[in-house]
Amino acid sequence: MTWIFENWDRFWEVTEVHLRLSAVPVLIGFVLSIPLGWLASRSATARAILFPVANILFTIPSIALIVITPVLIGAKILDEINVIVPLVIYTIALMVRSVADALASVPGHVTAAANAMGYRPLRRFLTVDFPLALPVTIAGLRVATVSNISMVSVGALVGLGGYGQLFTEGYQTDNSAKVFAGLIGTVVLAVLADGLLLLLGRVLTPWARTGR
Amino acid sequence: MGGWLFDPAHWSGPTGVPVRLLEHLGYTLVTLLIAAVIAVPLGAFVGHTGKGGFVVVGLSNALRALPTTAVLILVVLWAGLGDFPVYVALVLLAIPPIMAGTYAGIRAVDPVAVDAARGVGMRESGVLLQVEIPNALPLIYGGFRGAALQVVATATIAAYTGAGGLGRLVFDGLALQEFGQMLAGAVLVALLAVLVDLGFAGLQRLTVSPGLRPVGTGGKR
Repeated sequence: MTWIFENWDRFWEVTEVHLRLSAVPVLIGFVLSIPLGWLASRSATARAILFPVANILFTIPSIALIVITPVLIGAKILDEINVIVPLVIYTIALMVRSVADALASVPGHVTAAANAMGYRPLRRFLTVDFPLALPVTIAGLRVATVSNISMVSVGALVGLGGYGQLFTEGYQTDNSAKVFAGLIGTVVLAVLADGLLLLLGRVLTPWARTGR
Repeated sequence: MGGWLFDPAHWSGPTGVPVRLLEHLGYTLVTLLIAAVIAVPLGAFVGHTGKGGFVVVGLSNALRALPTTAVLILVVLWAGLGDFPVYVALVLLAIPPIMAGTYAGIRAVDPVAVDAARGVGMRESGVLLQVEIPNALPLIYGGFRGAALQVVATATIAAYTGAGGLGRLVFDGLALQEFGQMLAGAVLVALLAVLVDLGFAGLQRLTVSPGLRPVGTGGKR
């Protein structure tokens, strides 16, 4: 723990990088998974394609995806995009199912009522279906966020930034305090992000707390 | 791109693909066994007694956030190189899903069945072993399959500290700038994950009572 305070500038620097490398993919992946999840909740064919593909994508080890990405997209090996693209893929793989389950959990009589009131599909989705799907969606988002925060470290094995750099440097210089500092940073960041999303979910779905 | 993988020279000897595959499978199965011995009794106890559920959930979430790379490196720095640090890191990874699956499975058993078991005079151990666990098997398998997927994918990192497994192809390929070897490693890990999952699916079919199979839905949605 003392390592963190004695090297605060360095610690803060890797914290910023780690935060950026985990938050950006979650945001991109989340936005992309909404239309895909909607498709999966509507069509059995889309489901039969998207779910198995998501499962297989999820089994590709992150280290492998991170080293293959630069070759596939033509980026330099030390470009941050090499962590962002794989994490976007993992986020989508996790979130497609969450969003689809969440939309399927919206009661049929509610959507029928919205239809009867003359809601057009897009407006119904944005103001009725999606808000009601938020609790399940946010539960999925919490899992995706925590696993992303933990996975960013893997990028350090190929020289990219974040807390993982403290792991590899600590390993090379036999400095376990440094590795431990990175571990604490990762766990604290994950717990904070998880708590924040939990709170956000409560604020966005006030109706979920009534009538229980 | 598949040239490396299909070159016969890479399929023999002590560093050939079959050896790496078996090492990887070995890490996975031993890890799951150790994790099962720890996580199933804990999850079953908490699920059966209903006490300490928040401990299981909290512990699972905290362990999930633990970066496996850091655990691996810390144990290597403390205990030296070898397979031991690999198992510590992977077992910590496998415990949360197995424990959560067992706990959730036992909590989800129909209370009517549990009451009936007590009513016909079963002891608590009988209730747990003959009623709750068999009924909870689908969710317990769910936990194991989730854990297996993660362990197969993450065992790749073991090679960073010089251990074996398919991660060797990824890290050796990276060191030699051999893209084909890295790709072969990635593809084989994904393939192994699918095979292990199929193995569990088969085991599940054989051991779960037919009465517990979802009716009419074919098991999926």
